[in-house]
Order: sequence, then structure tokens, then C-alpha cells
Amino acid sequence: MPDDSRLICAEKVCKTYQTAETPGRLVLDHVDFSLHEGEIVAILGKSGSGKSTFLRVLAGLTPPSAGYVAYRGRAVDGPAHGIAMVFQTFALFPWLTVLGNVELGLEAQGVARAERRQRALKAIDLIGLDGFESAYPKELSGGMRQRVGFARALVVNPDVLLLDEPFSALDVLTAETLRGDLMDLWLDRRVPTKGIILVSHNIEEAVEIADRIIIFGSDPGHIRAEIPVPLARPRDVTSPRFQQLVDEVYAILTTVPGREPGRRGARGAEPVGIGYRLPAASIQQLVGLLDAICAPPYSGRADLPHLAETEHIEDEELFVLIEALQLLGFAQVAGGDIWAAPAGRAFVEADLQQRKQIFADQLRRSIPLAAHIRKVLDERPGHSAPEGRFLAELEDHLSEEEAHEVLETMINWGRYAELFAYDYDRGVLSLENPS
Amino acid sequence: MQQRWGLPIVAWPSRLRPTYWDGIALPLVLGTLVLIGWASRQMSVPYRLGQTLPLSLDPWHLPEYGLRTVLRMALALLASLVFSLAYAALAAKSKRAEKLLIPVLDILQSVPILGFLSITVTGFIALFPGSLMGYECAAIFAIFTSQAWNMTFSLYQSFLGVPQDLREAARMYHLSSWQSFWQLEVPYALPNLVWNMMMSVSGGWFFVVASEAISVAGQDVKLPGIGSYIALAIDRRDLAAVGWAILAMLAFILIYDQLLFRPLLAWGQRFKVEAIGQDEIEPPWFLTMLQRARLFDLLRLLFEGMAALASRAAKRAAAPRAVRRRRPRGRAPWIDAAWNAALLAGALYAVVEGVLFVRGEVGWHEVLHVLLLGLATLLRVIVLIALAALVWVPIGVWIGLRPRLARRVQPVVQFLSAFPANLFFPVAVIAILRFHLNVEIWVSPLMILGTQWYILFNVIAGTLALPTDYQFVASNLGVSRWLWWRRLVLPGIFPAFVTGAVTASGGSWNASIVSEVVRWGNDTLVATGIGAYIAEETEKGDFPRIALGIGVLCLYVLLFNRLLWRRLYNLAEERLRLD
Repeated sequence: MPDDSRLICAEKVCKTYQTAETPGRLVLDHVDFSLHEGEIVAILGKSGSGKSTFLRVLAGLTPPSAGYVAYRGRAVDGPAHGIAMVFQTFALFPWLTVLGNVELGLEAQGVARAERRQRALKAIDLIGLDGFESAYPKELSGGMRQRVGFARALVVNPDVLLLDEPFSALDVLTAETLRGDLMDLWLDRRVPTKGIILVSHNIEEAVEIADRIIIFGSDPGHIRAEIPVPLARPRDVTSPRFQQLVDEVYAILTTVPGREPGRRGARGAEPVGIGYRLPAASIQQLVGLLDAICAPPYSGRADLPHLAETEHIEDEELFVLIEALQLLGFAQVAGGDIWAAPAGRAFVEADLQQRKQIFADQLRRSIPLAAHIRKVLDERPGHSAPEGRFLAELEDHLSEEEAHEVLETMINWGRYAELFAYDYDRGVLSLENPS
Repeated sequence: MQQRWGLPIVAWPSRLRPTYWDGIALPLVLGTLVLIGWASRQMSVPYRLGQTLPLSLDPWHLPEYGLRTVLRMALALLASLVFSLAYAALAAKSKRAEKLLIPVLDILQSVPILGFLSITVTGFIALFPGSLMGYECAAIFAIFTSQAWNMTFSLYQSFLGVPQDLREAARMYHLSSWQSFWQLEVPYALPNLVWNMMMSVSGGWFFVVASEAISVAGQDVKLPGIGSYIALAIDRRDLAAVGWAILAMLAFILIYDQLLFRPLLAWGQRFKVEAIGQDEIEPPWFLTMLQRARLFDLLRLLFEGMAALASRAAKRAAAPRAVRRRRPRGRAPWIDAAWNAALLAGALYAVVEGVLFVRGEVGWHEVLHVLLLGLATLLRVIVLIALAALVWVPIGVWIGLRPRLARRVQPVVQFLSAFPANLFFPVAVIAILRFHLNVEIWVSPLMILGTQWYILFNVIAGTLALPTDYQFVASNLGVSRWLWWRRLVLPGIFPAFVTGAVTASGGSWNASIVSEVVRWGNDTLVATGIGAYIAEETEKGDFPRIALGIGVLCLYVLLFNRLLWRRLYNLAEERLRLD
């Protein structure tokens, strides 16, 4: 493709988050990317893979630590004119009416009052908000609010539209309608926008909308795979070709790197260290999902997209659960399928007390952090240790916030398994349970 | 710009056609203009030092005096608003400025207002020789110091709390820093600011006597106003006049409440980020008038025109900055280090200077004595807060469990907390003199007379916020009375109670200066305490001792806050939050 068709181009973008104390953590590692004219690109990845950060680098909201971002050949060093963004949380000003919110960008550009009003009304009309001009955001439903978000973005006639999970705060039905309306505008060329980047965690949504899907890997964020979507529009979500692509993306996203079945050798080869960012999976959901996999109709082996649909689990949640099941050795995943491992089957067949025992065994065997905490508690004379001790160790590998999240997950799992106890008030882990 | 006003925006000429509301609005506006003109003329009349200003205890003069006081309060409030916007914006925007400004503000807010008055009054007089204006400025400045600090803190905290996504949206849509200040940061801060303005004005009323009847540093001037009227009534032992003053004060606070704060509060609702459900405030009549009367639309259009011009000018001025390449922050650690060192050196220098200044006059023995005086006041504050809690927590819970009653009681309590309790001090003095009561004990309740309402107010709010489910569960399980208090109500209202108690205790420290020394004519009752010490030294104009007293008071307040309230606050935040 000729060079001048590139709207946005990013080369070797790195991003390091630095605080006063810690030396800095890499969240984006040498990301190369370009958006071509007439193209919709979806960026998929687990939460924490840096995909939102990457979008903000492209938007000029945060500067890259290294590397280069250009919009139409000019370096991006702040929000550029011609790029507009729609936010997951809508980010509407609650004290402005719908009209006021939509006019905001024009007002900032110094567009004259009459023209401002006329353009805003047109954008409101376009996105199907007419009649709501004088409403305040808090009077509107989520779907209508996000329509305001879109109108605010479209009114400035953006060249490039950046969408940061714009549909994920909406219910399924609303999201589908809004997505359809947006695609109609795009396909009918009723908006001057030349390119769209969509950050999402919904695989089907990405396959439905995008011409190309970029899959981000975590720790640090990098591009793991790029999948073109050569399907004709309008796309039929029930067609085998569509489903096959969805499967393919599921397969990539649900495989823990370094744990692909082929490469997995003896149990000793552990890719998971103490500082591994444990997925924040709740015990209830883990157990529920494992039960579902082992029960009919799956009876031990399930197709992931199908499973997500029958169990009503959002993709993002599903990734978390599946990663946890894999880490704990309860299940294995390959090619978009998941099947129960022997430990998983044993767990499902056991009664309540036995389940806890199996869970504890798996924790000590497969999660180094759990084994480490237990070892420290066993060795200490009082069999207790302050949480700060473990947090400090985790913070060698993770940000402060992530360290807290990981320890919280660990404590939840450890409590269920009765591997150790935790006193919230004192912030102390110990071996004894309150008598 | 118009959206800032939050009124409906579609504007065509028919909107400017008069309505019935204009019948009230027009005389109100014209009358206000005339009154302001008259009162401000009175401010700058010629004045020679030593001249006695005519002041009469005739109640018919009270409206005039009240008006002049109200004007002073309004000017001080305006000054506080401008000051706090600038100060808070600077502190919130620049990490380096923050390190200096916030600790300074912390200290400023614990300095009693008489302290400010005694230091600045001579300067103001020198500024306007031969005119009353100097004294007026001093009085306004004194009121300003009782209002500005908590407004500044509130703004600063709100500025820091602006949600990240709104900030990003503002940047993404290219709002200049001027635009996003007025379109994002200030609107976001508004609901809290309005609350703090209400509290500030209450503080202003409380100190209105001290700031109008200037009797510090050898000065003795009584500026015409309600405060001076009260001071004179106390001098002349005129109980009837005190009664009139209380009535007048009630009327003026009611007017302030109806014309300014009720509308502001209701209007401020729209700026809340999260939708609030049932406790929407009913639109007060004055706001309705503002929104319905066409006169105000006209004024608004005028104002908007000016605002747009100003904004355009500001934008032109700010334009080079917007284009300028944003440099990543924190690239110059040595500048930060140098700045920290300079701040530290400055603080050390100030401490050394202060100690030398005080020590030049005062012996160690007296320093120890003043520290003990502080302890006496500390004891009073603790005992009083405990007593107030014992009284108001059960009452507050009782009211809070009856939401309909609570809705009716709340404005009354707000009103009570706005009323300057020191107007009732003379009554207490007369009682103490008549019944030969122990001064040390019976003067103490005066400290909490005005601030106890914060405890009641917050306990009511806290009880209202307790989910009714909890009460159903409790009655379903047959929880006994005592257990009900221990397991449900007390933990449930604890965060709200702490908030109220912090405010009450802060107010009590400040009130100690006016309540540990109380007068009635020639009788002066003095209780042992740091407040009395400061009040007496301020009257004498003994600066090293004033500095010592204020320093010790600040020390106690800071320690008390750090050691007790901060901890309780954290406990409440971490464990007993309802969510």
C-alpha cells in the first residue's frame, strides 16, 4: 500500500510508567502499527495488556516513552485536530445539556455561535438524538448517553475516530443497536471519517466491525497477532466463515503464552513466577464454569465461543476465568476449545470438603505465590506475617495497584482452600482461623 | 459560556418578553442597586483618628446597620471566592507550588481571625489616610480571613478529584486551559464549594462583632454595623438591645439563606456528577424567579456577551501555550530537589525567626505556662465534644429514622448552625453573675454553642443514609435495643459522626478566643485557657505574646487533628463505609 494512505503510523512505541520510588515498569514494548485510509482496525487483548494505553498514545493524550507516532505524516505531540475519541465511560459533562456537550468541541475551536448550533443539531440528528437536545446526561439511559458521546465526536468532522470500548458499558441489545447505527453511517459514507480504531474485549464485536484485528499480549503489552477479516459486508454473524474467524481469535486470546500444549514439557518447567499477575477470578465463577464444562452438553470439552454464549459470560470475564483454570491445572485450552484436566474432573466429582483439599493442592503445586506464602507462614515462629511483606515482594514485579489486586486474589483463593487465613483489620496473614 | 448558567439555552426574542415574575424582579434589582450605592458611599466618608463614630442603640437603626454589615460580608465573600479560585487552581496545577501553598493554608486556617486583624489593621489605616476606608478594609479583611480558607481547601480538593475521563475529553476536544478551568474544573467543584460558602458565611457572622468593633493593637473603632451595635449593647449592659440585635440577625440570616444559599444549593445540584435520586432539593422560590423573570435573561445575555469577549481575549492570550509542545513532566529532578531544599530552608528560617521574636520578650517559664493553657482548652474541647455527642447522637438518630421529620428539621439545623451563637453570650454572663457559678466550668459550653449543630446535622444525614434493609434485618432477627445500637446504628453512622465532630471541634478551637473571655458592661469573665490568653494579648497589642499564643494554638490544633481525627477518619473510610 502506498505510504500516503497511512492516517496514523506508530513506530517502536514503548511506554514506561514511572513513579518516584519504583524504577519504572514497561507497559508497551516496541509496538508498530498503522491505520490506513478507509479502514477499521480493532484492538483486542486481555485487561491490562496496554491496549487502552496504546490508544491514548495514538490520541496524543499521553506521550510515548520511546518511539514515534505520526498523524498524516506529522508527529503527534498532543491531541491533534482531526482525531476524536469516544470513551467507555461516556465522559459527558453532567452540567451541560446534550446540545451543550455536542457543541463543546466546536466552542473550543472558536466556531461562531450560529454555525455551532447548526452543526451540533445536524450531528444530533445524524446519531438519532433529536428531541433530546435540552436533556441533561443524567436524564438519559446509557445507550443514549453514548450516542451523545458519538455526536460530540462526529460534530468536529474527525478524520480518525478512536473508540475506547464504547459499547462495553452498555447492555447487549443497546450495544448491538448503536453498533449497527454506527456501521450504517460508516458504510453509507455519511460521515467524513476516514479511519476508525476500536479498542474492545468483545471478540464477536471485533470480527463484525473490523477490517483487521490486532491482538495484544500482556506483560509488557505487545502485538501478538494480526488477523485480517476479509468478510464481505454486511456480515452474517451466523455464517461458518464468521464463526471460524471468531474461533481463531478465541484460540489466540485464551492460550497462555508459553503454555501452548505442544511446548509444555514436564511439570517442572514453570512459566509462572511469584510476580505473575494472577487473574482476578472469583471462586464461585471458577467452580461454576468448571462444573458447566464437565456437565452435559459439553461433558468435559467445550467450544469457547459456544460456552461463553450458553453461560452468559462476557469475553473479558471468560479470559480471566480460563486463565485461572489453566494456571491452577484444572483445564487445558487449545484451538478455541477447553477441556477439563484430571485435576479438574476430580474437583467436580468431589464433595465440598474434598474440593477445598484439591484446590489447596493445586494452589501449592501450580501457583508459586501461594507456595511461597505458605512456606513463609510455616517457617515463622508465630505462623503469621504482615501483608506488607508480600506486597513489597510483588511490587518488584508489578505496580502498586496490581500488587494489591494480585494479593487480594491470592487471599481469596487461599481462604477458600483454607491454606491460610487473613485478618483484614490488622492486615496480617496467618495459619490460624478465628476460633 | 451560557451553559455555565445551566438555564435553558434556546434563546429567541420571545424569551425576553416580560412575565409576572418580573413584577417582583424589577423592584428587587433596582432597590439592591440603590442600597449598594448608598452603603458604599458611607464606607469612604472622611475620618480622623480618635473621632467617635455616631452609633445608636435605637432598634430603628438596625436595618441600616445590618445592611452595611451585609455589604461587608458580601464583599468579603467575593474576595474569598476570587482568592480561593486563584490559590486552589495554582496549588492543584503545579506540584511545586502545592508543596508551599497547602501547608501554608493549613497554618492560615488555624490562625485565629483576631490575630490577622491585629497584624494588618495599622497597614490598612495607613493605606487610606483620613478616610474610614482603611478601617472598612480591615474589617472586610477580618471577615475574609474567617471565610476564605475552607473554601480554598474545598476547591483544591475538588480540582484534584476531577475524573480522569472528563479531563481526557476536555483535552481531546482541545479546550484551552482557560476554557477547561471554567467549563470543567469550576463546575465540578461547585456543589462542594456552595456548601463551604455556607459554612464560611456562618463563620463570618460569628466573628462579625470582633471584626467590626475593632479593638486590637490599641485601636478602638466601632464601624456602623450589627457587630458594633452588639458590642455597644454589651458595653452599656442593654439587654433589650441585645434582644433586638438577635432578632435583626435572624432576619438577615434568613434573607441570606433565602436569596443566596437556597437557590445556590438547588442550582448546584445539576453539577453533581453522579445522579442523585430522592433527595433532590425542591426549587426555592428565588431560583424560580431567577429562571422565570425575563429581566434576568436580559442581564444574562449581557453577561454572556462580556464573558464571551473575555474568553476570546483569554484564548488569544493562551493560544501560544496551547500550540506549544508539551514536554514530559518530571524531567528535571534537580530543580525539584532545589525547590524542596529552598522550602525547607525557608520554613526553618521562619521558625528560627519566630522563636527569636518571641524569646526576645517571653521567658521559658511563660512558654510553659502557655502550653499548659493550651492543655486547659484542649480538655474543654474534648469534654464538650463528648457531651455534645451524648446529647445529639440519640436525638439525631431519632430524627434520622423519621425521614419526613428529618426533611423538615434539616433546614432548621442548618439555619441554627449559621446563627452566630456568641449573640447569646451576654445571657450566659448574666446567669453566671447572678447565680455565682464557677466561671471555669460554665463559660465552657459557649465554645460549642454554635458548633454542636454540625454533629446533629451529620448524624441525621448518616442515619438517613442507612439502608432500610439493615433495619428490616435487625427487626427480623429480633435484635435487642442495646445490640441494635452497638451492631447497627453506631457503626453505620460513624463516618458521618466523625465528619461532624471534626468540624465541630475545629470550630470550637476557633471559638475559644471569643468564648473564654466574655464581657457584660464592666464585668469581664475570664476562664483559664489559650483562647483567653490570645484575646487579652491581642487587645494589648503585645505581638510577641500574640505570636506565641497563636503558635501554641496552631500546634495543638494540628496535633489534635493528626493524632485523633485523622485516625478516626481513616478508620471510618476503610472499614465502616457503606458500599
